[in-house]
Amino acid sequence: MSAGTLRIALVGNPNCGKTALFNQLTGGRQKVANYAGVTIERKEGRFVAPSGRMLQILDLPGAYSFDTVSPDEKITRDVLEGNYPGEAPPDLIVCVADATNLRLHLRFLLEVKRLGRPVVLALNMMDAARRRGIVIDVPELQRRLGLPVVETIAVKRNGAKGLVERVDGEVPIAAPKQPDDAASRADLHAEVRALLAATVTMPRATAKLDDTLDRWALHPVFGLAILALVMFLVFQAVYAAGKPMSDLIGDGFGWLGGHLAVWLPAGPLQGLVTDGIFGGLGTVLGFLPEILVLFFFILTLEESGYLPRAAFLLDRMMLSVGLTGRSFIPLLSSFACAIPGIMGTRSITDQRDRLTTILVAPLMTCSARLPVYALLIAAFIPSHRVLGMFNLQGLVLFVLYVAGIAGAMLVGWVMKRIHRDKSEHALLMELPSYRMPKVRDVGIGLYERSMIFMKRLTGVILALTILMWALSSFPAPPAGATGPAIDYSFAGYIGRGFAHIFAPIGFNWEMSLALIPAFAARETAVAALATVYAVGGDSGALGPALAAHIPLASALSLLVWFAYAPQCMSTLAVIKRETDSWRNVAISFGYMFVMAYVASLLTFQIASALT
Amino acid sequence: MAAGRRRKHYNANNSYLSVVPVRLSELQKGAPAVVERVDDVQAADPIAQRLRDLGFVQGEPVRVVARGPMGGDPLLIQIGSTRFALRRNEAARVEVCVEVAA
Repeated sequence: MSAGTLRIALVGNPNCGKTALFNQLTGGRQKVANYAGVTIERKEGRFVAPSGRMLQILDLPGAYSFDTVSPDEKITRDVLEGNYPGEAPPDLIVCVADATNLRLHLRFLLEVKRLGRPVVLALNMMDAARRRGIVIDVPELQRRLGLPVVETIAVKRNGAKGLVERVDGEVPIAAPKQPDDAASRADLHAEVRALLAATVTMPRATAKLDDTLDRWALHPVFGLAILALVMFLVFQAVYAAGKPMSDLIGDGFGWLGGHLAVWLPAGPLQGLVTDGIFGGLGTVLGFLPEILVLFFFILTLEESGYLPRAAFLLDRMMLSVGLTGRSFIPLLSSFACAIPGIMGTRSITDQRDRLTTILVAPLMTCSARLPVYALLIAAFIPSHRVLGMFNLQGLVLFVLYVAGIAGAMLVGWVMKRIHRDKSEHALLMELPSYRMPKVRDVGIGLYERSMIFMKRLTGVILALTILMWALSSFPAPPAGATGPAIDYSFAGYIGRGFAHIFAPIGFNWEMSLALIPAFAARETAVAALATVYAVGGDSGALGPALAAHIPLASALSLLVWFAYAPQCMSTLAVIKRETDSWRNVAISFGYMFVMAYVASLLTFQIASALT
Repeated sequence: MAAGRRRKHYNANNSYLSVVPVRLSELQKGAPAVVERVDDVQAADPIAQRLRDLGFVQGEPVRVVARGPMGGDPLLIQIGSTRFALRRNEAARVEVCVEVAA
């Protein structure tokens, strides 16, 4: 630690706006959303205060109390007590409190105060508090608490000015350290009640809007209907809004590749540029709009505060299949990508619930599967209307998503059966106030996602595509060879070797070959197929080329395979990191492989018999 | 409810009221009540301790706001200005008092 750098930790109850404040202070772009447990790791940022002093800010996961039960809360306690490995305790603690919901937030502040370190209280969401007519006597609160209190509006420009001025000034004197035990914790509630009575006036306990919305959103019948409608609309929108943009990008790249080929000398380089880069990567890039549409909806739902309501509605159902309502949000983020989903399970307090959620999260259809699904559906499923309103292609996509969810329910149910520990699981989940999603936050989320996608595309996917092109092009066919060049290449040999395993489920050798790079990044299956068929002599669009070479039954089998297969290396690596057990990785890989193989086998055999 | 556990006391208006102890899980939707205590169902019950930390302590006003669509589980409990989703067996740990006219 350099001299003069002040280390500040942001703590508080879950969902009080610590991360929004962190972003406001440091200009960071950390993810914010409207539910408890968004921040699951310690995050660090720094900025220079007006006085010229360097301030280092630590954003910590939210906690209700130091009697910790969940892994993310434990990180917070360890950092504040100086027990976190490689981390000195902070010089100053900024305790962030939601001004509209002070009771629990002040109670936590009193716990923090007992640590015996300098504390500043930031009353956040002051704008919302004023709108609801909540009046807080700040000078009196400050006097009674014996520590500095500042007002902040984390989501507004300059909304943290008062806080910066305060922390940039003299470090406040710490209260004496006090022991922490169950008996003294009970007294804290009484202390908070006295504080609130003396300093806060509140016209209503809750926001009127929340009460009205919850009457509908949590209604036993309408609530479920609204939830089903929201989910269905999201998946239809992915197709309806994303597809035209995707086609535009695909056509643009095809045109560009064609023009570039004219300028390049014929030979291996021309093949790499037209077949590999433009054919392969262009196809993957074309799916970015669909992924962004999906993310737009996920981010908007996350910001609105609706997701914990959905978790409430589904808790009982999820409980019956060995999960919990708390699994809902991690599983929903797994539709984007299983990796943040699996990391998000840290907010699940029950270890058994957490493990089940981790094991089924990869069955949720992640956005990397979307390009594969979209390509195969466009090539094999006719786009006519069903019941006059649904596109058959959209419907098949929806069925694939449902297949993933049904698989997860089956696995959860089996896990619950074989688990010997039948003790009680707890829910205990806070439902936040509804909030209008901020255009800026959704925009940042979409930008971050595009950047991640482009990095993948120009990193791992590009490298694999070039490798696949090389494998498919070399060695060149011997003089006088009659078949397509690719039959004599390395790819031809590898693919045919793999095809023995996958022949019963209807995969030809090209499809079997495409599964190898898909293990590193699923989207690469699309690029690999594009490269293999392009090198194999088919020019033009990938879709018709697939339809010409692959029977319908095999295509359906491949779709089902992608719904269940253990395909992504990074997911397995995250399971290892989060559960610290190779056994869980083996279980995860094993059950998914068996499940995918059996489901594809059934699909292929039944579809072959029918067609 | 056991009639023997009824206690009579005066409310702020000096009129007679009966205070009936009820499990929070059995409380009617919308009925105002006040937390009496949280019971441990086992020694050092972590769920009971968590409930106390979350503000389920004596004297705190509570209300059932909504019930889940399947089997009325979980419950949405309003305590202070905070809303918590609790399963029935979690809510059953909390004893509340409902005031009824004598």
